[in-house]
Amino acid sequence: MSTTLLFEQLLNGLQYGVTLFLMAAGLTLVFGVMGLINLAHGSLYMIGAFACAAVAAATGSFWLGLVASIVAAGFAGVLIEMLVIRRLYDRDHLDQVLATFALILILSEGCRMVFGSFPLYLDAPGFLAGPVTLFGGFQYSAYRLAIILVGGLVALGLYLLITKTRLGIRIRAGEADREMIAALGVNIGTLYTIVFAIGAALAGFAGAMMGAIQSVQVGMGEPVLILAFVVIVIGGIGSIKGALIGSILVGVVDTLGRVTLPGFFNLFMDTAAANSVGAALSSMSIYVLMAIILIFKPEGLVSNNA
Amino acid sequence: MPSLSRETYLNIFLSLALLVFPFIATAMDEPFYITLATRVAILSLAAVGLNLALGTGGLVSFGHAAFFGIGGYAMGILASHAQTYTPIFTWPFVIEGTNQMLIIWLVAIVMSGIAALFIGLLSLRTSGVYFIMITLAFAQMIYYFMISWPTYGGEDGLSIYVRNQFPGVNTLDPSSFFYICLVLMFAGLGLSAMIKNSRFGAALQAARQNEERLAATGIRPFNIKLTAFVISGMITGLAGALMADLNRFVSPTMLSWHMSGEIMVLVILGGVGRLYGPVVGALIFIIFEFIFGGMTEFWQFYLGLVLLGVVLFARGGAIGLLAGKARHD
Amino acid sequence: MTDQPVLEIQNLNKSFGALTATDDVTLDLKKGEIHALIGPNGAGKSTLIKQICGQLSSDSGKVIFNGRDLAGMDVADRARAGLGRTFQVSSLVMEFSALRNVMLAVQSKLGTSYRFFKNVRGDKSLTEPAMAALKRVNLEERAHIMTAELSHGERRQLEIAMALALDPKAFLLDEPMAGMGPEGSKKLIGFLDELRHEAPILLIEHDMDAVFSLADRISVLVYGRVIATGSVEDIRNNPAVREAYLGSAA
Repeated sequence: MSTTLLFEQLLNGLQYGVTLFLMAAGLTLVFGVMGLINLAHGSLYMIGAFACAAVAAATGSFWLGLVASIVAAGFAGVLIEMLVIRRLYDRDHLDQVLATFALILILSEGCRMVFGSFPLYLDAPGFLAGPVTLFGGFQYSAYRLAIILVGGLVALGLYLLITKTRLGIRIRAGEADREMIAALGVNIGTLYTIVFAIGAALAGFAGAMMGAIQSVQVGMGEPVLILAFVVIVIGGIGSIKGALIGSILVGVVDTLGRVTLPGFFNLFMDTAAANSVGAALSSMSIYVLMAIILIFKPEGLVSNNA
Repeated sequence: MPSLSRETYLNIFLSLALLVFPFIATAMDEPFYITLATRVAILSLAAVGLNLALGTGGLVSFGHAAFFGIGGYAMGILASHAQTYTPIFTWPFVIEGTNQMLIIWLVAIVMSGIAALFIGLLSLRTSGVYFIMITLAFAQMIYYFMISWPTYGGEDGLSIYVRNQFPGVNTLDPSSFFYICLVLMFAGLGLSAMIKNSRFGAALQAARQNEERLAATGIRPFNIKLTAFVISGMITGLAGALMADLNRFVSPTMLSWHMSGEIMVLVILGGVGRLYGPVVGALIFIIFEFIFGGMTEFWQFYLGLVLLGVVLFARGGAIGLLAGKARHD
Repeated sequence: MTDQPVLEIQNLNKSFGALTATDDVTLDLKKGEIHALIGPNGAGKSTLIKQICGQLSSDSGKVIFNGRDLAGMDVADRARAGLGRTFQVSSLVMEFSALRNVMLAVQSKLGTSYRFFKNVRGDKSLTEPAMAALKRVNLEERAHIMTAELSHGERRQLEIAMALALDPKAFLLDEPMAGMGPEGSKKLIGFLDELRHEAPILLIEHDMDAVFSLADRISVLVYGRVIATGSVEDIRNNPAVREAYLGSAA
């Protein structure tokens, strides 16, 4: 395989990883702070993508769509937290899984009622539509590059938010000890709503950005949600840093696996067989990665319990 | 204990109702209802499997579709090879397909047991949300594998022209096939009741409630949970083979995470840890699907609302509502 | 062979980050004795028990039990090897009756936890030994009460009954008197006095009257170190102990 192709796939993996991080960050934050497992996080991703596609179609502006995705997913997050999620903090994980599974059914089918079963299409803004030329004449999609940059910035912003701001200090305190934070006079209910809304907005934002690469359709959030779970298992639950490492790892391994494995099997099989075996095995690669990490570090790469 | 007898009466009533159901459906001239009842029996069996891990053992597996689907594919692969008279493989020895249900069931049970052993070995190293996410992820791995592996239909799945055979029974007759499934459902219920009351069941319940104590008593919780997880997977795998036989079709949908959620919903709707919880859950689910599915294509929206209501306000499920709180001793 | 201690703890260490919980702890437990382990809160007593039981791995050091190094054995292995332990905070199967808790220990002792079919209710090979163990701690009348409904003191008794049912070769009792009334404590002291002849007892206890009336030997743990081991008299008169422990308490 040529170096150019490899490099392009590496960037694709990075771009995928960055998107996964936006999903995983919200999930891991909500788990770390509130102890809640939220299956409906993928629905917020979907809501963001639909909001972006609908607003972009109505106004002709991708940027307004992007703003709408954040607002819609964030608002949906607040609503869901206040109506359902806050009743689940003291419940066991089984109840949390079931209630959020119910939310998926409600949100997915609700979305289908409003937008129908056909996918919507979302175009990247004009000046990002073509390729850009990087060093040495290497060409790469401007839009994907933009996702990498924006995602990187968001990751940085999230890091600063958690470590440097007053809200971040409260979030970390809430993670350590709920009663302590309540004793400090912080309204814990509001704090939880804010954390959930931040996670929701990030998921919505990720959905909107990916909407211009894939099609916008009901159920688009679930594959990403499950990958985000893999990311969290790999990275260590509750850890933003772990989520970042896990996301990039999963993004790159998944993307490279799809490109390299069929070629690898072609070394000792005929092309058709190599393609089918390679495709089947590469679809398993990140799970194999997860299994290996589980064997050696069941707590994930970045353990919070140290 | 009045609550005990009420639950027992409910169980007896349900058993009898299911036993005579084909006669009622025939009398009503609604043969399709027999197919619905067969689905109830099969889904019950799948949920009985999960209930052993989830209700008795407290193992919140969100990946039981893996075993359901593996059971389904065991049937699909064996039967499709029998159908085309081609061996499954010829090296290092020859394995032929078959259309005998008994062999298919055995293969389904063994294969899903092996899958449960591997998934359990890895996922039981963790607990809580990790366990939920890892079982989900491994099920998803098998799902993607079947989608991208073209030999057995990939995304489109596999169709079988004729239902498989059972010695001495005409399986093409809906009532006969229903009774086969019903007998297996009762066998599954009986097995899970026996296990729950056995020494192993005592250890498993202790593993759910207090792992530290179980270990200090000299019983290794990991081994107990792994054994339960494997048995649980085997039962659900058998149900998968039956479901594939009922539909004469198997596809990756049987392996999807949505299926895992559905099996879990069956357990919850009926009542976690109740013997007949899975049966009641499956009954409610199928009736709900039949009634609302006929009225609106968005019936799952309403299923979501009902499920949310049950989780938030009616813990204990339908049996909890009908027969009061669960008894312990 | 008769002089060989049942349980030998050799140079055991454990630290959590910068905090040293146990520091080069060496002590042993001989046949027929009660060896009391005392020390102020946070001295590392519970850490030590967890290391002996295999709940915590040790940074270094050895635990020798009946001449056998327990390294690499987990909690369940060590329990089956004959370490009968009670927890500082009662740890029981709350949705089981008292009897069924003890039955669990009996089935473990019999090595029959992988039987899937026979109903345990009315299974005399389980209920009879379990009932006998309950009787020894005067809990037989409460046998069919749910553990969640037992009083605090009754749960302490149940812990001991479960340890008894394992028929262990040594007992590790972590504050068995805690939360018991004076009457209960008195009965328990009498019981432990006899029990030492069945299997020796490593006893962690805050109740000094109990310790002084029961112990053959006492070890004092302060900041993770054993600062003294000796008879009741030795310990009472040891200036370092008075300084570090009794002095500050009295």
